[in-house]
Amino acid sequence: MGEITENKVENRVRIEMDAKSRNESFARLAVAAFVSELDPLVSDVIDIKTAVSEAVTNAIIHGYEDSPGTVYIDLKLTDGVITVTIKDDGVGIDDISRAMEPLYTSKPEEERSGMGFTVMEAFMDSIIVRSEKGRGTEVIMTKKLSDV
Amino acid sequence: MISFGRDGRSLIARIEGEIDHHTADEFKTSIEKEYGRINAKNIIFDFTGVTFMDSSGIGMLIGRYKKAVEYGGSVYAFGVSKEVFRIFEMSGLHKIIKISDEEPADNLKKGGRVKWVK
Repeated sequence: MGEITENKVENRVRIEMDAKSRNESFARLAVAAFVSELDPLVSDVIDIKTAVSEAVTNAIIHGYEDSPGTVYIDLKLTDGVITVTIKDDGVGIDDISRAMEPLYTSKPEEERSGMGFTVMEAFMDSIIVRSEKGRGTEVIMTKKLSDV
Repeated sequence: MISFGRDGRSLIARIEGEIDHHTADEFKTSIEKEYGRINAKNIIFDFTGVTFMDSSGIGMLIGRYKKAVEYGGSVYAFGVSKEVFRIFEMSGLHKIIKISDEEPADNLKKGGRVKWVK
């Protein structure tokens, strides 16, 4: 009784969704709901939602190139740290370092800003990108939620 | 959701809700159509009702900026929230889009010339 503190909450949620742009807002809502049990700062929730939105959008546009596919979202909460993994089985990234450069986009004709990874890096504490050509991409991000 | 107003050759685009990859494509299409229909030069964005924006919004705004410049116009935005402004700053959007705390359309509204249409 009373031994469990807010920061010790452990939880995990996994979501599979069709790679459709209308599911981007669902992904944001899901991650916001997931962290809500920690009563987080509004600014932290916005940061995480934005980073998730970027990663899911990348999976849909670049991973699957707007063709049918599945986006996998794994949310984990450990000691007040959220770990978000967004995975696709799409085409993969040729050159990860180049893809992560600010303003680099492989699709300039589609009005993509090339700022997706820059936003993810800025809004989360850490980001790891794993990708294999023809196999898919996995983005793992963590963020420590501020103590209120 | 997006609705439009106009004053002379300034198109006023009022965006409400979230700007992401899904909605940015829709906003782009309807702004392009309205911009051409009224033969506009400038675009004034009303961001008061925008609750979320990711980098898809940057692409959409830069696209509209290029268009306006092509027609000798400028792009303005007002009602930009602190959170959305961070995205503007990160991409340098605030250097090409004129952002105001006050509504540039205030003077237009005083003249009663702005009409919002769905």
